[in-house]
Amino acid sequence: MSTALPLLKPDDFASDQDVRWCPGCGDYSILAQMKKVLPEIGIPPEQTVFISGIGCSSRFPYYVNTYGVHSIHGRAPAVATGLKLSRPDLSVWVITGDGDALSIGGNHFIHLLRRNVDLNIVLFNNRIYGLTKGQYSPTSVEGQITKSTPMGVVDHPLNPISIAIGAEATFIARSVDSNIKHLASVLKRAAAHRGTSFVEVYQNCNVFNDGAFSYAQDKATRDDATIELEHGKPMIFGKNRDKGIRLNGFSMEVVELGDGKVREDDLLFHDEQADSALVYLLSRMRHPQFPEPIGVFRDVASATFEEAVRGQIDDAVAQRGKGDLHKLFHSGDTWTVGV
Amino acid sequence: MGKFAILKLAELCQNSSSHCIARIDTFATKPRIHSFYIAIMSTEALSATEKPVQHVNGITVRLVGDSGDGMQLLGQQLTNTSALLGNDVATFPDFPAEIRAPRGTRAGVSGFQVQFASHEVHTPGDTLDALVAMNPAALVTNLADLVKGGLLIVNEDSFEDKDLKLAKLATSPLEDPSMENYRLIKVPMTRLTKDAVAELGLSAKESDRCKNFFAMGLVYWLYGRNMDATLRFIHGKFGSGKSVIADANEKALRAGWAYGETIEAIGNSYNVAPAKLSPGKYRNIMGNQALAWGLLAAAQRSGKELFYASYPITPASDILHELARYKNFGACTFQAEDEIAAICSAIGAAYGGQMGVTTSSGPGIALKMEAMGLAVMLELPLLIIDVQRGGPSTGLPTKTEQADLLQVMFGRNGEAPLPVLAARSPGDCFEIVQEAWMLATRLMLPVVVLSDGYIANGAEPWPIPDVNQLPPIKIEHPVADTHSSAPFKPYARNELLARPWAIPGTPGLMHRVGGIEKEDGTGNISYDPENHQKMVHIRAQKVANAAKLLPPQQVHGPQSGELLVLSWGGTYGACLTAVEQAQKAGRSVAHAHIRYLNPFPSNLGEILSRYEKVLIPELNMGQLRMLIRSRYLVDAVGFNKIKGKPFTVTELVEKIFELSTSPTRESAVRSGK
Repeated sequence: MSTALPLLKPDDFASDQDVRWCPGCGDYSILAQMKKVLPEIGIPPEQTVFISGIGCSSRFPYYVNTYGVHSIHGRAPAVATGLKLSRPDLSVWVITGDGDALSIGGNHFIHLLRRNVDLNIVLFNNRIYGLTKGQYSPTSVEGQITKSTPMGVVDHPLNPISIAIGAEATFIARSVDSNIKHLASVLKRAAAHRGTSFVEVYQNCNVFNDGAFSYAQDKATRDDATIELEHGKPMIFGKNRDKGIRLNGFSMEVVELGDGKVREDDLLFHDEQADSALVYLLSRMRHPQFPEPIGVFRDVASATFEEAVRGQIDDAVAQRGKGDLHKLFHSGDTWTVGV
Repeated sequence: MGKFAILKLAELCQNSSSHCIARIDTFATKPRIHSFYIAIMSTEALSATEKPVQHVNGITVRLVGDSGDGMQLLGQQLTNTSALLGNDVATFPDFPAEIRAPRGTRAGVSGFQVQFASHEVHTPGDTLDALVAMNPAALVTNLADLVKGGLLIVNEDSFEDKDLKLAKLATSPLEDPSMENYRLIKVPMTRLTKDAVAELGLSAKESDRCKNFFAMGLVYWLYGRNMDATLRFIHGKFGSGKSVIADANEKALRAGWAYGETIEAIGNSYNVAPAKLSPGKYRNIMGNQALAWGLLAAAQRSGKELFYASYPITPASDILHELARYKNFGACTFQAEDEIAAICSAIGAAYGGQMGVTTSSGPGIALKMEAMGLAVMLELPLLIIDVQRGGPSTGLPTKTEQADLLQVMFGRNGEAPLPVLAARSPGDCFEIVQEAWMLATRLMLPVVVLSDGYIANGAEPWPIPDVNQLPPIKIEHPVADTHSSAPFKPYARNELLARPWAIPGTPGLMHRVGGIEKEDGTGNISYDPENHQKMVHIRAQKVANAAKLLPPQQVHGPQSGELLVLSWGGTYGACLTAVEQAQKAGRSVAHAHIRYLNPFPSNLGEILSRYEKVLIPELNMGQLRMLIRSRYLVDAVGFNKIKGKPFTVTELVEKIFELSTSPTRESAVRSGK
């Protein structure tokens, strides 16, 4: 029925289930953008599978009218890997959160990235455990007061983008829940990438960690607090687009444009295929010292895991012929007992 | 004439087409051996002995040495060769968890026991007719199992002071007076092997590594074993044609054989006639291999692609190794990052409509438990195979135990029952995984198959099945009903309470599954109390329905009476043999071996009620006994061994005798005396 696909609308991807996130939650926006993007991607709902772990974000599969598995805490990458390996024809999305992907599921997360299974991960980062009512998460900032850290968080937070670079992910991006046009474009880019696409979405938990990303969300501040990455273009930001990022040795620095000293050509030009060391420097840019990059950090081509795995199966069949149980059972030493 | 000459003569055996017997005088370095003969024969005639041959019904031999000495390889070759000669065989490999424990120490002793017989055997044997020990540590840790008068062959080159020290021995056990109880044959294997391979120019270390083949040659001579299969193996493994290593191993093997033929201290060899097995074509098979092949067969018979995910763990890893070799069967093997990822990826494959399988041992199964609960909730077919080992925790990785039964029965949170089947022997692994896959797909649920280290590494002759006669496993996936506008119900039920296996890619059947309790029928999230109770009952009844698809319990022996021995899993052979021995001794005892541990066969309770006493031997603290007692209120007696070793027949017979009346006493009671 894929010929009828262009007629699909966002509502065609809405399930009959009531959405049960808190009013005002950033998840609503991500769901809306996903439903908007899915018809544009051009893959029919029956070919699409959403797989999640545990947490607020992980209720996502119930709200899209595709196939879906709401699995167990942290394990969505593993479930998705098995599905994609055995059914490479399907379009698979992993929906996860900062606790799900980086704490209990950290192991599966890095292994999914390094294998480069052709699927998409969307990590809703709200820097808090919402479903269990407000404990600190692996991305909570130092000093953050939460129910489990009344005197402030003492852990150093994990940086999801840095980890993805370390695991050699082939597609790494970041967006913000309220920046809906940007979010939609990043989701589309992720879907188009062959291999594991990792998208971190800054998502506001208005109940337990309200305003964690206000600098990146509020119209008044976001142009100065974020910088949109555009492949091949100089890194310019600011409400008046008068600031830029320059590479100085092994460090990034913010420079003022327009005073005649720094020209656009002096700035760092974003390259999605750049050496991962440079991408890593981008991932370390943190508010308020730096504008935080949003957009596609890295997009490189590499063989997918399922291609390699299925390729070995095909090679084995080509070299040895399709497996024959009779031949296998009678291979090697046998003997006959007479009547 | 020096020792070197002997080997030269032995070597001539391979080259000379003439046939003569040479008498050689005193072996210069071994004054205790006064003279011996060397038979010089053509290669073809090499397997024929000039010495008297004694015919025996069965032999149990154990080969022990350092874990780097190649004892496992030796044992496997002897097993295979004996099977090819038509003997029934049963094996017990016993090795340390360390790959190379310190050389010469007791901790590093690796052993392989094999019983080959002219009748059916179900165990590797209780006591040894012969023990081949490559060093003092191996000797002292195994001597207790050698029968009085048994043959004890040692590599006397490894009984130097340094070897004794490594084995923590003050004096040589070979000088001990207790040696008089055995037929001790001291063979300078290291030196003889070195001489046998001298012309090949190997290093001392390389030639030393051939000595296991020298020992093998001697054992082959001793038991009239044909060397052909092992020669094929040597040249296959170490390279064909011009491989020096292959040639060296062959020379060592032949030298060992010739040594047996020449040395006077061994006056005769033995012969074990072929066993009267059911007619047909056979091969030797090991438990993990049979299990892997069963999975391939199950996938093919059900028209599914095998998705096999595992994380390395002893003693289950060989299943992964075996399946990874058969990618041309379409088998997709995935070595996951951990045990949890292994089962979760198998669940993903199951959701996608393929045959999801994961294997592990006790510690890995513990890690998989949450995901097993998820599979119970998702109601997807899945195989979880537990090759049990000694526990708890890391426990005894290379030793056998049956202590995971309660773990797989009850180790999950909430009410999460699933069917549990247990293999009874290496060959049985082939059938049981196919049966488990049939259950999983008919009932739409995860199924556990229990094996154990003893079965996994054990070997037995396997009647090769006719592939076309393997039972087909029929699987149907629903398609959308175009005539109905009613929404698809992923948790609708058939007569067995199974839900439809709708798979992604099917238009109109999009649905979501998850670990949260769901409404019956629609599968939507539901926290309704009545619904939860209903769903818990449905999931339990679904498991109970498995009994409808499985055969009733069989009893071997009297159908009622004084004593029933109830066993499960890898103790089958020992229990069967013990019961048969007790029956021959006139005891009223029957044997029932349970293959289906959950649900129990529907007639089991009735069977138990027909016996005065029920004895449950287990390699655990009484796990089946606990289940039987609670389910049937039967005061079953346990016989429990937790030593990392299988039961001996003798200890089981003793227990049976203890619990049953002797025929003479019984007749005395009947006659009123």
